[in-house]
Amino acid sequence: MLLVPCPNCGPRNAADMSYGGEPHTRPDPNTASPAQWRTYLYLRDNESGWITENWYCSSGCRKHFKLERHTLTGELRNPPLPGVKTGGPR
Amino acid sequence: MGKHKSPARYSAAGLAWRGLRRKPWPRVWREPELKSAYDVIIVGGGIHGLATAYYLASNHGITNVAVLDKAYLGSGGSGRNTAIVRSNYLTPEGVAFYDRSLQLYNTMSADLNINVMFSERGHMTLAHTDSALRTMNWRAEVNKLQDIDSSVIDPGEVKKLAPSLDTSPDTRYPILGALYHPPGGTIRHDAVVWGYARAADSYGVDLHQKTEVIDILCEGGEGPAGKGAGGKVTGVRTNRGDIHAPVVVNCTAGWASTIAAMAGVRLPITTHPLQAAVTEPVKTFLPTVIVSGSLHVYVSQTDRGELVFGASVDPLATYDMRGTLEFTEELASHVLELMPGVSKMRLMRQWAGLCDMTPDYSPVMGPTPVDGFVVDVGWGTYGFKAGPVSGEQMAACIAHGTMPDLIAPFVLSRFTDGTLVGEKGAAAVGH
Repeated sequence: MLLVPCPNCGPRNAADMSYGGEPHTRPDPNTASPAQWRTYLYLRDNESGWITENWYCSSGCRKHFKLERHTLTGELRNPPLPGVKTGGPR
Repeated sequence: MGKHKSPARYSAAGLAWRGLRRKPWPRVWREPELKSAYDVIIVGGGIHGLATAYYLASNHGITNVAVLDKAYLGSGGSGRNTAIVRSNYLTPEGVAFYDRSLQLYNTMSADLNINVMFSERGHMTLAHTDSALRTMNWRAEVNKLQDIDSSVIDPGEVKKLAPSLDTSPDTRYPILGALYHPPGGTIRHDAVVWGYARAADSYGVDLHQKTEVIDILCEGGEGPAGKGAGGKVTGVRTNRGDIHAPVVVNCTAGWASTIAAMAGVRLPITTHPLQAAVTEPVKTFLPTVIVSGSLHVYVSQTDRGELVFGASVDPLATYDMRGTLEFTEELASHVLELMPGVSKMRLMRQWAGLCDMTPDYSPVMGPTPVDGFVVDVGWGTYGFKAGPVSGEQMAACIAHGTMPDLIAPFVLSRFTDGTLVGEKGAAAVGH
């Protein structure tokens, strides 16, 4: 079990949260080429190591935040940062 | 293929002879020295990597091949899956592909002279909602068109095939019917790994265990150190030294993105753990493989009598393979809704494997923007059942330099062209 430190609700079970995945910038749909758009939609870094990722406290305060997590060991570091709704990842 | 020497044949007489004389069994494959160059390097010594090596040697005569694994052969998904095979997929591409795999599994014991314990016990996907039943009917029709034995059955027939299921209409998710696929079943997954390893070794393929790839050597690419699009691969750097080869194949499942990044290639993949669990052994009572998409569980009984359970992948992208309590709790509650009779059985173990999930639940196979760097990844939760056919087709792809028809839809460029192969309806939980 992963304890996720929500900035408002404190440590909560990861099962109470929605996982947002790695953050990526959404290109402007009016100017983006199909290649840029599909890169944004599908390609992922999927790193093994320290990553910054999006979380959404879906069954608590309903705030988005960013978290630094080691994807191999499950360790967390640094307090969560405020995030924004990314509108993309699964 | 002149130097091919068949491995010692396994037989009942041989077993008796060795047993009575108390003779030790010889090593099944060699532990060769690492050469400085090969024709093909395959990264990942699981079913996909070993099958590719075997078919390169047996079908195409390419035997100067190395298979590298950072741990032991079959230590990843090949040893962690729930060993279920079937071919009742949703898209015509998927059906044709998995059916070929099932054919190869059917003759594998004879082809590789190793008992893979294929138990063709039938595979049942339960429908608990009208929409699920509609998808089952759709799948059954797609399957029948391609000559796959697959049909929708009613709850009465479900009860007849698997009496331990609760088919009463007053459960939370009543069983409305099922997609029944008699050719599906289970296979001893370790035997498949050993069979391919032994057969590939007999052709002269070098199997290097405890050999970790730490970098991929490239030249001419647009990125740093000649990596990335437009370049070509020249070899790999391992913890035991550099090896050169014009072709490097990535068969590393959950680790696919990390290996591809070494060549400067980004993949449409996220790595999620998939957990499974096994109970204590009891007498045989469950004759078929049972899958329930609505309840996120699949279950089969092994030849030893244990129930093996699997579920859908964890929502979190991670390389961490520790089990979670949520998984066991959810699993138990869902299994008891299906089979109230097993409430006294104890879980013995749980484990996790890494799944390389793609957005459309289909694999990524064939060439990449880096010349000579070939992938056979994105196998998500369905890599085991596709192992033989992937090896066969990837070997053809490498030998001829073109994509065979059977795997052409799964090429990496489908994500830039927008021609995805949506298999979520048949692959998200269905095993």
